[in-house]
Amino acid sequence: MSEKLLEVKNLKTSFRIKDDYYAAVDDVSLSVNKNEVLAIVGESGCGKSALAFSIMGLHNRAKIEGNIMFKNQDIANISPAKLNKLRGNNMGMIFQDPLTALNPLMEIGDQIGEALLLHNKDLSKEKRKDKVIQLLTKVGIPRPEHVYEQFPHELSGGMRQRVVIATAIANEPELLIADEPTTALDVTIQSQILDLIKELKDDMDAGIIMITHDLGVVAEMADRVAVMYAGQIVEVSDVYTLFESPLHPYTRSLFNSVPNTAEAQSKLHVIQGIVPSLQKLPREGCRFSARIPWVEESAHEEHPELHEVSPGHFVRCTCYKHFNFPDSSKEEQQHGIS
Amino acid sequence: MWKFSVRRILIMIPQIILLSILIFILAKMMPGDALSGMVDPNVSPERLEELRESLGWNDPWYVQYGDWVGGVVQGDLGQSFRFKMPVSEIVGQRIINTFWLSLATLIFTYLIAIPLGITSGRYNDSLLDQAITSYTYIGFATPLFIFALVMLWVFGFMLGWFPTSGSVSPGLEPGTFEYVMSKIYHLILPAIAMALITTVNTVQYLRSEIIDTKQKDFIITARAKGASESRVYNRHILRNSLLPLAAFFGFEITGLIGGTIFVENIFGYPGMGQLFLESITLRDYSVVTAVTLLFGIAAILGALLSDIILSLVDPRIRIK
Repeated sequence: MSEKLLEVKNLKTSFRIKDDYYAAVDDVSLSVNKNEVLAIVGESGCGKSALAFSIMGLHNRAKIEGNIMFKNQDIANISPAKLNKLRGNNMGMIFQDPLTALNPLMEIGDQIGEALLLHNKDLSKEKRKDKVIQLLTKVGIPRPEHVYEQFPHELSGGMRQRVVIATAIANEPELLIADEPTTALDVTIQSQILDLIKELKDDMDAGIIMITHDLGVVAEMADRVAVMYAGQIVEVSDVYTLFESPLHPYTRSLFNSVPNTAEAQSKLHVIQGIVPSLQKLPREGCRFSARIPWVEESAHEEHPELHEVSPGHFVRCTCYKHFNFPDSSKEEQQHGIS
Repeated sequence: MWKFSVRRILIMIPQIILLSILIFILAKMMPGDALSGMVDPNVSPERLEELRESLGWNDPWYVQYGDWVGGVVQGDLGQSFRFKMPVSEIVGQRIINTFWLSLATLIFTYLIAIPLGITSGRYNDSLLDQAITSYTYIGFATPLFIFALVMLWVFGFMLGWFPTSGSVSPGLEPGTFEYVMSKIYHLILPAIAMALITTVNTVQYLRSEIIDTKQKDFIITARAKGASESRVYNRHILRNSLLPLAAFFGFEITGLIGGTIFVENIFGYPGMGQLFLESITLRDYSVVTAVTLLFGIAAILGALLSDIILSLVDPRIRIK
């Protein structure tokens, strides 16, 4: 087992709505090793990004409980000054939307250079510029000297995402968090960006948390996968096991919802309902039970726990043992009723 | 950059021509003329008609307009019936006074607006923000002429800290240090009175800009780089929020023109605003048209200035 870089223990991130706190990330534990890609998968609103922001300490007004051990130091609630020494230096983050992630009034060179400046005050101006140009070259930007002086609006989405990546890796972070880095890009650019992230991972020996809802990205990138639903991790496993034998009903539903050309399906599987809003999240019992109403109540645990079904493969709740997809005619009937 | 400015200046020409036509027609539409009020009532209507004919007032409007514009272009704004001297001379003295008053007001406006707006936007919904927002609402609700009167009464008459009228103490030699100081001394109270009211727009605007920018994605990027809160505010939020204020600058000038009309009258400050109101009451039309034209040009110049400032600071509209 390689060295543990990040270990999140019982993390609970709650937001205040009116007078109550609601947990968007509820009792999440996970770990990332060096040179490992952990993918976090789930629908929109399941708490993936909230989890990433908690690790980076980017939430403004959230209550964070539990531990976030980064290189054996708990960073869950440390002072901003200490956090700022880690952010951008030991931990970097790649954002979802490159179109808005860059300051429109700052030259590209200055934006990347800022990350260098903040963590290495001794670096001279000329050296900093050299380093930025190196970084631009590294992320595959043609004519880096020219781009150095350009503004974000002069670059395409893919180019901007490369700039965002260059900023994130400026100080060779040990942990890189990529929050849906390809969602806003078109497919050809997506694969280029993914290849780039992979290359950088091998270069820097970094641990990567890859947040995505795209199972293709998971298959391409991940070593291990954590599936999140409604703020909780419902299944964790290495990527091969998960793709071969997904267990949790939610994971299986996700896989089943992907169009498949090999099997002729008359109808694509649709997970019933939507992710409940933060305020309406079920706090007791199996959180997924409402979306698989045909599974009997008794199949679920009262307090669903993660069970280790095989080494390194964890599944929450016992309902997976009794779960089967309803046959399509029956499903149609149900849709007819609702 | 130069190309942009030149093009922008060229656009001004038709604007100013249109403005002058509008002003001229409005002035002509006003009932009566200088002869109907100023001339001995015993002069026969036939004689008046002859005079009108000889002054060219019976010509079609475009001929009269041509004459007027021809004069304006040469710096001849006509003759004031009240002062019996060229309008350009009367305006010349006062336009400088109004310029300094407006400049001082602008400086005070931004001196008040920027710190208040930043504090209010950064710590929004705090007690301090609520206090500042309350001030802006009071400012919106208070008519300038009432507030200016109160300021004059309190600081001019009751406390006696500031002079209550004029633009300079009498008997001082222009160009001396005392003269300049006296000018500034006379400026301060009207400028502050006006700034305190007109600034509330800018405070509110800056506040909402900062609150808006605070939630932008690139601010999160800056934090993720490890930038401290103060750096995030000074380097990332402030510049992006001040930008729209530059676009607001043109409106600021227009607002000032309206403001000076009240404030100069209340503070007995011999500027364009005071001249404007006096000339209207005395039907001194040639002065009214000249002053209106100059106000209009000032507003157009203000818009030009904000466009140029904006193109200097915003790379997205900067033309290379």
